[in-house]
Amino acid sequence: MSWFSIIVSGIVTYFSRMAMVALIDREMLGAKVKEVLNYVPAAVFPAIIFPGVFFNDFGSFVEYSNPKIYGAIVALIIGFYSKNIIATILSGLLSYWIIIFFINQ
Amino acid sequence: MLSKSKIFFKGTAAVLPHMLSVIPFGIITGAIGVELGFDPILVYATSLIIFGGASQIIFMQLLSGGASSLVAITSVGVINSRHLLYGAVLSEYLEKLNFIKKLFISYFIVDQGFAESNKYIKQNKNLSNPHYYILGTGVTLWFCWQLSTISGIILGSFIPEELGLKFAIPLTFLAIIINDLRKLDHVFVMLVSGFASLILFDAPFKSYIILSPIVALISAFIMLRFKK
Repeated sequence: MSWFSIIVSGIVTYFSRMAMVALIDREMLGAKVKEVLNYVPAAVFPAIIFPGVFFNDFGSFVEYSNPKIYGAIVALIIGFYSKNIIATILSGLLSYWIIIFFINQ
Repeated sequence: MLSKSKIFFKGTAAVLPHMLSVIPFGIITGAIGVELGFDPILVYATSLIIFGGASQIIFMQLLSGGASSLVAITSVGVINSRHLLYGAVLSEYLEKLNFIKKLFISYFIVDQGFAESNKYIKQNKNLSNPHYYILGTGVTLWFCWQLSTISGIILGSFIPEELGLKFAIPLTFLAIIINDLRKLDHVFVMLVSGFASLILFDAPFKSYIILSPIVALISAFIMLRFKK
């Protein structure tokens, strides 16, 4: 790992953050594009969630006894009704821990 | 009307719950870098200069595994290209800022900050200075990220791996979109993105992170056509 590779990576990353904010004029985006942009959170975050739940660290599919799936389902239900971020995360983690430390032992 | 500092700290408050995953993730990132045998200064430099959790870990893992710089840099670029989408959304709220301020605030655009800012600003349309909210989320996340990677570098992975705290990451992002589960059109887009990510997971350079959102946004576009 060299300073050069870190700095180039930093420039590339910064560009991805800055380009649409500072270089693009919003009037260039049509009404349809703006409408589609409403779905950016729904389009981006599941691509991080699904592999994190269904795959292990090596990218292979974990079978259905996978404790993360149960943790995610609990978090989903608690989060949906509580609308609370901490409750969502903690309920998911706690149920995951209960499974890996007590049930799957 | 809310004062600027009030808006800023509202942003801070909005991202505090995410520290449950950001802080362990930062510690893990710092610890992994040192465990891979890299100079602690360089490991920290990735937090300061790249400032993007998952991309930093993959960057260091690739280089320690003997990948070329070009491959490592390309992977970072591909993983972080999702910020283009965040920028496209946030640009609406940053339009009135001058160029220098836009350049400054851009550095602080991160996943959780984007998501919370977007949610809040959409609900408070006549907020006078929305960029202070964005800055509040971003600066807070920045400080916590810097401090947690530094502690990971110094103390090593003092969080036992058996806890599986990596699982907090998908949970945080689940918490981010949980309210959108009440809207069927959003659920449809989420499912497309999720299944696309499972199918595309082995695509080169971790490109599933940007390809899946693109597939999902295209399906959103098609869906909007049929809705009318």
